[in-house]
This record gives sequence, structure tokens and C-alpha cells, in this order.
Amino acid sequence: MHDPINTAIQIVVVLLLPPLLQGVIGKTKALFAGRMGPPFLQQYYDLFKLFQKDSVFSTTTTWIFRAGPVVALVTAFVAALFIPMGSPRSAVSFVGDPIVLAYVLGLSRFFTTSAALDTGSPFEGMGAAREVTFACLAEPALFLGLLVIANLTGSLQLDTMLGTVTDHWSTEGASLALVLTGWSIVLLAENCRIPFDDPNTHLELTMIHEVMVLDHSGPAFGMILYGASMKLLIFSALVVRLLIPLTGQGPWLDWPLFIAGALVVAVLVGVMESSMARLRLTHVPALLISACMLSAFGFVLLMR
Amino acid sequence: MFELFDVALILAVALNFVFLGVSRTRAVINAVALQGALIGTFILFVQPDVGLRGILLALVTIALKGRIIPTFLLHAMREADIQHEVEPVVGFIPSLLLGGVGTALAIAFSNTLPLTSEHAHLLLVPASFSTVWTGFLLLTTRRQAIMQVLGYLVLENGIYLFGLLLLEAMPFLVEMGVLLDVFTGVFVMGIIVHHINVEFDSISTAYLRNLKE
Repeated sequence: MHDPINTAIQIVVVLLLPPLLQGVIGKTKALFAGRMGPPFLQQYYDLFKLFQKDSVFSTTTTWIFRAGPVVALVTAFVAALFIPMGSPRSAVSFVGDPIVLAYVLGLSRFFTTSAALDTGSPFEGMGAAREVTFACLAEPALFLGLLVIANLTGSLQLDTMLGTVTDHWSTEGASLALVLTGWSIVLLAENCRIPFDDPNTHLELTMIHEVMVLDHSGPAFGMILYGASMKLLIFSALVVRLLIPLTGQGPWLDWPLFIAGALVVAVLVGVMESSMARLRLTHVPALLISACMLSAFGFVLLMR
Repeated sequence: MFELFDVALILAVALNFVFLGVSRTRAVINAVALQGALIGTFILFVQPDVGLRGILLALVTIALKGRIIPTFLLHAMREADIQHEVEPVVGFIPSLLLGGVGTALAIAFSNTLPLTSEHAHLLLVPASFSTVWTGFLLLTTRRQAIMQVLGYLVLENGIYLFGLLLLEAMPFLVEMGVLLDVFTGVFVMGIIVHHINVEFDSISTAYLRNLKE
């Protein structure tokens, strides 16, 4: 059932591709702004630099603060293994894994926010509160979308769900289009992209994710950045597999197709960031609730 | 063909949520224009063999709903110095939720209606109810007169969607009657907005209660 080649490719892709996605986003934004922009490989350099540094830990922090980045990276890696990317089977799969996927991501969030609270800094507590509030609203949208797909495909296993869902575009395209829109909003929210959060800003009052990791430095910060890029890959993979079916011609065609799809998603995120401004913080919940409503509407349509 | 129509209808319903959730008046006007133009094309979906008359009707609808009325409204915004932020009586999130509940109920309700078999599987009827409901919400929960004009337009979009069911029976009569209604409606509203503005230096309808002796 599990073939070693695809599993090996998946592990390599999950480890190597994510920083490139960030590079593509950066390059797209630079292109729109008329700049040269950092090179595509910039985040690899950043990570390399960070992993060579020393960490500074505040004396008020406990082990939770040190565990936060590690858990964030490991959970992102584990979650990425659940998603079927360029192969019909994902590296890890069993019945009910969509729920595990959502809660592995939830675990990551729990530790990131706990680590932020552990510093005792009011700013980081504020960021943690925002992160959790918005996550509460983003998670139903993800789940309702999964519910629609589970209902369509009659399966509760991510690789079967995402493997056969594209067959239903011709009959239930409306529901799937709604789920796709809902998930795209979740992708932006979960990865702290504009319009939810500006990854470039360093103004604590407006930040959500960045403010939680202010106290992390060196390798710990590197792990957080790396984990965040993996999370971007996870959500891009969900969107890509919802849209593009596998060719079934074997891994040598499917994997490049998937990677191209993920890069296109990154370009689209870059275009999005260049063309619109951040939402006011008070309006963020409205957009997330709209995402939930779109997914819910997709489900209602299916049940009609 | 019908699948594409369903997607277009979904888009129209999704725009309903935009009306309820967006806080910039100008964005709402643009979204109403988009929905109007989208709805204008629906004649071509409902009756694939429309002929010249149908195409003309679609063009008039698109021009009127998608271009002329929104242009008037944007003009009015500039002239009357209408503020750019929507002032909801019921907040954005509750109105979004109300809109969602209304849409779900619209779908549930239209399943119980005795529709002809050719219309029963279409999303046209639920989309129409949902749009009418959104129009009502905008009319009742927004403070500015211009938002109420927009609510009225959305309400009319919903009625128009329902009217598409009757297209084969009486094409011109229904459509033209409805379009004229809207046109006069917008004019009357424009005059009212203007007068509220002149009288109170604001277009908040909350001031209207000052009119009573």
C-alpha cells in the first residue's frame, strides 16, 4: 500500500520545498513593487544563518518556551506527511486522518501560544490571544470543507478524499468552488498573510503571528520560520489537490505537477499581498466568518 | 450548461455575503453593480434560444443594473459627501450570520415548494429567496439612506431572479415592469437622500424622526 519511492519523495519535498515558496512570494511582491527583491533561495540562507547562531533565553521562561519552536516544527512536518501531495497515497494515512491533521495543527498552535504566554510579555500575550481567536474562526471553515469532500467521496481518509475529489467538479462544482474559496481564505489566515496579518510589519500593535515569536532567537526562531513555511506548504497542498487531479502517470509527472501547483499558489499569494492592504483588526473575524459561511453553504448545497 | 448556471448563481449568492460583511460603502456599490451585471446574463442561461429580443433584454439589464444605477449612486456619494464607512445598526458579523441562516432556510424552504420539474433542481429559487432576504437585511439594519437604496436594489435583484422562472410565459412584461420599478425607485430614493442631506447635513435616516412635530 505504501510505496517507498513516493514516501521518500514526499519527505524530501516537505523538507526542501517550503522555504522556496516563501522566496517565490517575496519575489512576486518585489516584482510588483518594481524592486529586484531577495533571491528565491533567501529563506534557505536565513535559516542557515539562524541555525548557526546562539539562542538567548529570558530567565523568566520555562521549558515551555523552549518546547514551543520544536513542537511547531515537528507538528508541521508530521501534518505535512498526512497530505497526499504528488502521489495517490500520502506518507502517513489511516481512516480519520483529516481530524488528526486539524488537531496536529492545533497542537502546534497551542505550544506556540503557550510559549508566547510563557515570556510574560504583554505584547506576546496579546498576539497569542489574537492568534487563538482567529484560529477558532478559521478551523470550522477547514472542517466544513473537509466535511463536504468527505461527503462527496464517501471516505474519511485524506489521500482518498483529495485523490478522488476532482472527479466531482463536473457534478458538484458549485459546492467545491465554495470550499475552494473558503480554504483560500483559511490559507491566508493560517499563514498570517495579508489581508489578515502583514508578515513584514514590525509594529507590535498590528501583528498577530509575528508578535508571538518576538522573544525567540537563533535556532529557535529558525525552527519557527521553517515550521511556518511548512504550514504554507500544507495549505497550498490542500488547495492544489482540490483543484488539480493527478495524471496517474507515475511520480515523475505527478510530483513536478504538484510542485508547480504549489508555486503557482505562492505566486497568487504574492499577487494578493501586492494588490491589497491589511484588513483592520476588527474586520478580520468578519472575513473568517465569511469563509466558514462559504464552506457551510457548500455543505448545505450538497445536502439539498 | 446548467452546471455553469449553478456556479453563476452561487457567485450571486456569495456576493450577498459581501454586501453584508463589507464596511466600505463604495465596495458595496461595486458589489451590487457586479451582482446586477451577473444577474443580467442569466436570461441567456434560462433560455438558451433567446434570439435578438432576449440578448437585447440582457444587455439593457446589464447596462442598467451594472452600470447606470451604480454610476448614479457613486455620483451621489461624491456630491452629497456621503461618508465611506457603512454604519450598521446590527453589526457586520451578526448580519453575516443572519444572512447565512437566511440562505440555509431559503434552500430548505425551496425544497418544499411545488416547482415544475425543470426548475426544481435549479438553484434559482433558493438564490432568489436568499437575495431577497439579504435585501431586507440591508434595508432594515443599515443606517444610511444610500445603503437602503442598495438594499432595495438587492431586493429587486432577488425578485428579478424569481421572475426568470416566468420568462417563458411573459418575457417582456415582467422584466420591463420590474426594471422600470427600480429605476423610479432609485430616482425617488435619490430625491429623498438629497433632501435628508440638505435638511440635516447627513444622510443618516436616524434624523428622520426629528421630522415629526
